[in-house]
Amino acid sequence: MAVTDAANGGGGTTTTSIRHAFGNVLALFILLLIGVLAFSIRLFSVIKYESVIHEFDPYFNYRVTQFLTKNGIYDFWNWFDDRTWYPLGRVIGGTVYPGLTLTAGTLWWLLNSLNIPLSVETVCVFTAPIFSAFASWATYLLTKEVKGTGAGLTAAVILAMVPSYISRSVAGSYDNEAVAIFALIFTFYLYIKTLNTGSLFYATLNSIAYFYMVCSWGGYTFIINLIPMHVLLCIVTGRYSPRLYIAYAPLVILGTLLAALVPVVGFNAVMTSEHFASFLVFIIIHVVALVYYIKGILSPKMFRVAMALVVSLGLAVCCAMIAVLIAVVASSPTKGWSGRSLSLLDPTYASKYIPIIASVSEHQPPTWPSYFMDINVLAFLVPAGIIACFSPLSDASSFVVLYIVTSVYFSGVMVRLMLVLAPAACIMSGIALSQAFDVFTRSIKFQLPSLSDGSHADAGDASSESVVHNDTVKADKSEDTSKERTSKKSRKKEKEPVEKPLSKSQIKKRLLVLPLETSIIAILLLVLLGAFYVVHSVWAAAEAYSAPSIVLTSHTHDGLHVFDDFREAYAWLSHNTEVDDKVASWWDYGYQTTAMANRTVIVDNNTWNNTHIATVGTAMSSPEKAAWEIFNSLDVKYVLVVFGGLVGYPSDDINKFLWMVRIGGGVFPHIKEPDYLRDGQYRIDSMATPTMLNCLMYKLSYYRFVETDGKAFDRVRRTEIGKKHIKLTHFEEVFTTHHWMVRIYKLKPPKNRIRGKAKKSKSKASSKTTSKRKGPKRNPF
Amino acid sequence: MARSTTKDAQDLFRALWSAYSSTPTNLKIIDVYVAFAVFTALIQVAYVALVGSFPFNSFLSGVLSCIGTAVLAVCLRIQVNKENKEFKDLAPERAFADFVLCNLVLHLVIMNFLG
Repeated sequence: MAVTDAANGGGGTTTTSIRHAFGNVLALFILLLIGVLAFSIRLFSVIKYESVIHEFDPYFNYRVTQFLTKNGIYDFWNWFDDRTWYPLGRVIGGTVYPGLTLTAGTLWWLLNSLNIPLSVETVCVFTAPIFSAFASWATYLLTKEVKGTGAGLTAAVILAMVPSYISRSVAGSYDNEAVAIFALIFTFYLYIKTLNTGSLFYATLNSIAYFYMVCSWGGYTFIINLIPMHVLLCIVTGRYSPRLYIAYAPLVILGTLLAALVPVVGFNAVMTSEHFASFLVFIIIHVVALVYYIKGILSPKMFRVAMALVVSLGLAVCCAMIAVLIAVVASSPTKGWSGRSLSLLDPTYASKYIPIIASVSEHQPPTWPSYFMDINVLAFLVPAGIIACFSPLSDASSFVVLYIVTSVYFSGVMVRLMLVLAPAACIMSGIALSQAFDVFTRSIKFQLPSLSDGSHADAGDASSESVVHNDTVKADKSEDTSKERTSKKSRKKEKEPVEKPLSKSQIKKRLLVLPLETSIIAILLLVLLGAFYVVHSVWAAAEAYSAPSIVLTSHTHDGLHVFDDFREAYAWLSHNTEVDDKVASWWDYGYQTTAMANRTVIVDNNTWNNTHIATVGTAMSSPEKAAWEIFNSLDVKYVLVVFGGLVGYPSDDINKFLWMVRIGGGVFPHIKEPDYLRDGQYRIDSMATPTMLNCLMYKLSYYRFVETDGKAFDRVRRTEIGKKHIKLTHFEEVFTTHHWMVRIYKLKPPKNRIRGKAKKSKSKASSKTTSKRKGPKRNPF
Repeated sequence: MARSTTKDAQDLFRALWSAYSSTPTNLKIIDVYVAFAVFTALIQVAYVALVGSFPFNSFLSGVLSCIGTAVLAVCLRIQVNKENKEFKDLAPERAFADFVLCNLVLHLVIMNFLG
C-alpha cells in the first residue's frame, strides 16, 4: 500500500522500517479522516431541519439526561418518576439502561468544566455522531486483528457510511444504539485481541468493555451468547488453547458480576436463560482444560485408562445435573427467557402471546428490499469475505464468520436487528475488498517492467503474506477464466528466479498473478462499486434517514411546507394547563408529552404494564360515557389524539386503532375486534359498524371534521367518513393544531344536578340502593 | 471386572501423583491457592443450602469472588508455566502484574456488590 522508497539497493531493513513508519502515519491520517466522515455524514438532519431530538424514545433519554445533569448521580440512581404511568409511577433508576445517559452526562460535565458552555440538548444531539466515529475506529481495530491493516481501514470506512447504522445514529437520534454499537464492536475487538495475545490485561479490559455494553443496551445478551458459542466452536474443532481459556474464563466471572451491578439487569444475570449458555460453556471449558492438562502429564496408556474411568463416572454426574437444570428451567412458563428473547427464537411467539411486542413496527421481520437499502453493496461482498476468512482459518476469523451467520439470522427475525448485522457485514466486506485489491495491485506491480527491478524487496515481503483468492474475485468480475489459468503458470515460472534470493518465509505460497489489463479493469470496477455504495449511503443519509419525525415537511407547488403540529400541541399543553394535570393518549406519545409538555401521562413508550395500556385502549374503543368513566377513575383531565386525515399523515391514531382494540381486548374481554370490522375489513366510512362509529377514538378524531371541506373527506383512508355530524357529551374540544394533526380534549366535569327523567330513575334507584349498586358507578374493571 | 477397575484406578492414581510431584514448586503454590479458593466457595454454597440465600447479592459476590480468584490464578499458572510454548516470551513479572490488576478490578466490583 505504501509508496516504494528510492533507496532500494541499500540496507533492506532501513527501507522497510521507513516504509512501515510511513505506512503507519498514513493509516493514522486515514483513520482521522474516517472519523470526520462518520461524524459529518450524520449531520444532514441538523442542516435540513434543526438541531432537535428525533422520534419518541430519544425524548425519554433526553429527559433523563436533563435530570441527571440537574440533580447529580445519586438522585439519578434513586429517581422515582411520578409523572408517567399515573398512578403507578416508574422506578427510573432500576429500569433504564444508564450507559447512554451517563455517557452524555459525563460529556456535558467535562465540556462545562472546560468552560465550553454547550447545552444538554446539543450534547445529546451530537452524541450519536461522535460515537459512530469511535465505532468506525473500533471496527478498524477489530478487522486489523482478524486480517491486517488494509482490511481494517476498508472495514472502517465502510462502517462509517453503512445506511443501517446511519439510520439509528443520525445527529438527534439519541437512543441506546448510538453508544451500544460502539461498545459491541469494542468488546469484540478486545475479545479477539485477548484470544490472539493471551494477555490477562486485555481480558480485564474486555470485561470492562462488556460492562459498558451491559450498561448501554439490552442487546448485550447477544455478546454473552455469541462468545460462548465461539468458544464451543473452537473446542469442538480442536482449536482449544490456553489463550482461549484466558480469553473466556475471566470474562464470564467478571462479566457476570459487572452485569449484576447494573440495576436493570441485577440478578437476571444469573437467573435468566439468556445467560445460561455462558455458564454451561464455562463448565465445559474447565472440563476440557482439565482433560488437556491430564493428557499432558500422563503417558498415553494411563490416559486411556483415565478416560475410561472418568467417562463412565462423569456421564452419570452430568446426566443428573442436566436433569436438575431442565426441571428448574421447565418449571417457569417461558422457560426462563424474557418475552423479547423468546420472540427472537420463535418469531411467531409475540404475535400469539404479547400483542404489544408484535405491534411495534421495529419488531417486524424485514423485507428483502430493506437488506439492499440498509447494507447495499455489502450484501454481495459478504459471501466473498466469508470465503476469505477461511484461508487461513484462525480463531479470530472463525469468530467473525460465526458473528455474521448469527446476525444474519437475527436480522431476518426483527428489522431492528439489522443494526447488529451492519458491523459484521462491514468487516466481511472490508476483508473481501482488501484481499481483492491486494491481488490486483500485486498483479499490476509484478507486471509493470519498470517497477519489477526496484520491487525485489516488495516481492520478498509479499511472498510471505497469504494467498490470493482468485475464485472469489473471479466470481465477481471474471472475464476469461481459462486464459488466466494458463497465463498464471507462465508468470509463476517468470517470477521464481526473482523470488528465490529474497525468500525469508518458511512457507512459500504460490502467488497467482492475473494479467495486467484484467487487473486494471477489475480495480476500476471495484472503485466503481465503491462509488455506487458511497452515493447510495449519502442519499440514504440525506433523504431517507434524516427525518426527525417530530417536524414534517412536504414540497408543494408553492414551496416547502413545514408541519410543526406536535410541538405546537405540546407547547399549548405546557402553557395552558396546570402542572399536575394528567394527559391521556396512546402510548406512542408518552415520552414526548412528558419531555416537551412536562405533563403527567398515563402510559408511555416503555410499555412495561400491559394492563394499564389495555385500560387506555379500552377507553379509546368504548363509547363516550364508558370512556369518561375510565378516564375519570384515572384522574385524567385531557385526552390527546393524533389525526392525519386533513393533511394525509399516515401514522395517526385511527390507523393504529386496531392495535388499541386488540391490546384492550386481550385484557378486557368485552372489547371484541370483530365488532369494529365490517366483513373483516377495517372501515371508517358509511359502511362502518355502529360500534366503530360510536367509539371515543372515532368521535375525537372526526369531531367537526366536516367543517373543513363540507364533505369530511379523510385523506389517509381516502373516503368520506361515516358519521359526519358528531356531538360530544362528555368531552369538549380545547385545542386543535394548525393542520388538525393533534387534537386535545378536556373531560367535562360530572353534572352538578341531574334533572328531568334522570331524577325519576334516580328516585327509583334510591329505593333499592343496596341491590343495584352497579348502576351509575359501573366500573369496567 | 471390578478388581481390574480398582487396580486401574490405583495405577491411575499413582501415575497422576508421580507426574504431578514433578511440577515446579511455584506452580504447586498456585495450585494450593486455587484449591483453597474453590474450597471456600464450596463452604459458601453449603451455607446457602443450609440457611437460605438472603441477601442474594452477598452470596453471589462471595462465591464469584472465590471462583474469580481461582480462575485468575489458573490463568497466571498457564502464563508462568515453563512448558507452555505459547508464553515463552512473556516475563513472569508481567504475568503477575496482569494477575494483580485483574484481581484489583474483581475485588473492586465485589466490594461494590457485596451490599
